[in-house]
Amino acid sequence: MLTVKHITSRVNGRELLSDVSAEFAAGKLHLITGPNGAGKTTLIKILARLLKPTCGSVEYDGEDVAAANELMLARRRAVLSQAVEIAFPLNVREVIMMGRYPHFGGQPGPVDERIVEDVMEMFEVAEFAARNYQTLSGGERQRVNFARVLAQLQRSHDDGPHQCRYLFLDEPLTFLDIRHQIDFMKKIRAFADSTDVVTIGVVHDLNLAARFADQILILNEGRIVAGGSPSEVLTAESILNVFGVEPRFVENGESWPHMIFE
Amino acid sequence: MTSARLSSTTLLIGLAVIMLAALAASIRFGAIDFTIRDILTAIGSLVPGSPEATLDQRIFLELRLPRTILCLFVGASLGVGGTLMQALFRNPIVEPGLVGTSSGAAFGSAMFFVLGGVFNFGSGLFALPFAACIGGVISTYLVFLLARSRENGRASIVMLLLTGLAINALFMSAIGFLSYIARDPQARSITFWSLGTLSGANWTAVKIVSASAIGGTLLALRYAKQLNALMIGEEEATYLGVNVNRLKWIILSINVVIVAVATAFTGVIGFVGLIVPHILRMTRGADNRFLIVGSAIVGATLLSFADLVARVSLRPAELPIGIVTSAVGVPVFLFLLRRSNYVY
Repeated sequence: MLTVKHITSRVNGRELLSDVSAEFAAGKLHLITGPNGAGKTTLIKILARLLKPTCGSVEYDGEDVAAANELMLARRRAVLSQAVEIAFPLNVREVIMMGRYPHFGGQPGPVDERIVEDVMEMFEVAEFAARNYQTLSGGERQRVNFARVLAQLQRSHDDGPHQCRYLFLDEPLTFLDIRHQIDFMKKIRAFADSTDVVTIGVVHDLNLAARFADQILILNEGRIVAGGSPSEVLTAESILNVFGVEPRFVENGESWPHMIFE
Repeated sequence: MTSARLSSTTLLIGLAVIMLAALAASIRFGAIDFTIRDILTAIGSLVPGSPEATLDQRIFLELRLPRTILCLFVGASLGVGGTLMQALFRNPIVEPGLVGTSSGAAFGSAMFFVLGGVFNFGSGLFALPFAACIGGVISTYLVFLLARSRENGRASIVMLLLTGLAINALFMSAIGFLSYIARDPQARSITFWSLGTLSGANWTAVKIVSASAIGGTLLALRYAKQLNALMIGEEEATYLGVNVNRLKWIILSINVVIVAVATAFTGVIGFVGLIVPHILRMTRGADNRFLIVGSAIVGATLLSFADLVARVSLRPAELPIGIVTSAVGVPVFLFLLRRSNYVY
C-alpha cells in the first residue's frame, strides 16, 4: 500500500502539484493520465523519491519514504523510464544485471545470475544478451529496461522481512510503436496480476489506460480531478473538461469503455 | 559470465606483462644505455660494504630508476583519472587535461615554486602536491561551474570543451606570467609546465606520486559498481540506490588529487587519460571494475613508451614528453570527436 498525504510541489515559484492525496493498493495496476503539464511526471518522481515534495509525505506501508535508506529503497522500488541512453558500449546482459546491483556487494551471486536469466527469457531478449545496447532499436531497448527493472524487484533470500514492493512507470510507451505499446501493457498487466506489487504508471493513450488499468487517476493543473475504475472516471464530461476534446464512446463488447476523438 | 570474467582477468595479466616489458626497456635505454649487468651491479652497489658506486651507477640509481618508476605511476594516475572523468560525465571524450585539472594543478605548482620562496611557505614534503591540488580543484570547479546549463544543470560536451579551452588558456598564461616575473633560479621554465617532462624525477616524487596513484586507484575501485550504474543515467542510478551527488564529489576528488599530484612533478601531460580508457573499451566493454585496473596498467605502459621515445629520439638531448603524447593523442582525439554522434 502506498499512501500520498497532501503533497504540494513548488518549483521556482510555480505550483506543479497542489495538495494531492491518494492511496494505491497492492496487486493493482494504477494508471495516471492528464494533459501535458498536469504534473504527472512530477508526481511519479515524488512517489519514487527521486524528487522531494515541498510539503506533504509519501508513505510505503505506512512509513515515510523520506527516511528510507537508499539501498533498502532500491531493493523494493523500481522505475521504468521513457528511454535510457547509454554513452558507452554495454551489452544487454550487463545492463540487466544492473537491476541486481542493490542486492549484491562485490560480484553477483548465483541467485542474481538466475534472476537475470529468467527475466531475459520473459522478455525474449536472451538471444541478444551479448549485443551492445547502443545498437538496439527503441522497442528492444525498452524490453531490456523492463527486464532490468523486474530483475531489480525480485527478492533474494537475504532481503529481510517481507515488504511491499513498488513499480513506477514514467511514460514507458512514449517511443514505442502501437504493437509494442499493446505488448508492453499486456506484460505490465500480467505482472500486476501475478504479484503483490503496487504498480503505478503514467500513460497518455486513454484507450490503453481504459483497457488495462484497475484504477485511473486524472490529474489536471496539479490536482487530482477524478479517480476510480476506468468506466467511472472516463466519462464524456470529465474528458471534455480536462482535455478539451469530446469523445464518442463506441460499443466494443468489453467491460472497458472505448473512445474515438473527432 | 564466468568465462567473460576470466578473459578480462587474463587480459589484465597480459597487459601487466606488456607493462613490465615497457618498464624494462625504459630502464635500459636513454641518454646512456645500460646493460643488464650494469643494472645488476648498480643495484648491488647499494648493499653495504660493496665498492663505492661509479658515476654511471649513480646516474642509474639516482636518475634513471626513479624516472622510470615515476613514469609508471604518473601514467597510471592519468589513465585512471581519464576513466573516472569519462564515467562521471558519461562522456567518452573528456579527460583531466581537457577540463582544466592539469593546467590548474600546474599553476598551483608554479605558484609554489615562484612565490613559495618569497613568502617562505611550503618547505614540507607535501607542500608542493598540496599547492597542485588546490590549483586543480579551483580550475576543475571553475570549468564545471561555467559549463553547466542554466536549465537542467547538465554540462554539455561542447560547453565543457569550450570552457576547458578558456580555463586552460587562462591558467597557462598565468603560468607564463609567473615564469616571466620569476628571477629565482628555482622557478622552472614555462616549457616544463606546459609540455610536461619527467626529467625532474627523484625518489621523493616517486614516493608521493606512488602513494596517491595506488591509494586513488584502490579507492576508485570501491566505487566502480556505482560508476557502472551511472552509465545508464543519473536518475536511473538513483533508482538503483546510488547517492549520485555523493558519488560525484568522491570521484571528482579522487581524480583531482591523483592528477594534480602527478602534474606537480611532471607538468601537463595531455591525452593519456583520453586514449587509455578507449583502448580498453575496445577490448572488453565498459565495465568500470575492469577499466579502472586496466587504465592504471595501460596508462603506465603508454607513458613509459612515450618517455622512452622522448629520451632516445634526440639523444643525447630529450623531448618534453607532452610533445610525444600530444603527437599521438591529438589525432586520436579528433577521430573520436568526429565519430561520436553527440547531438548537443
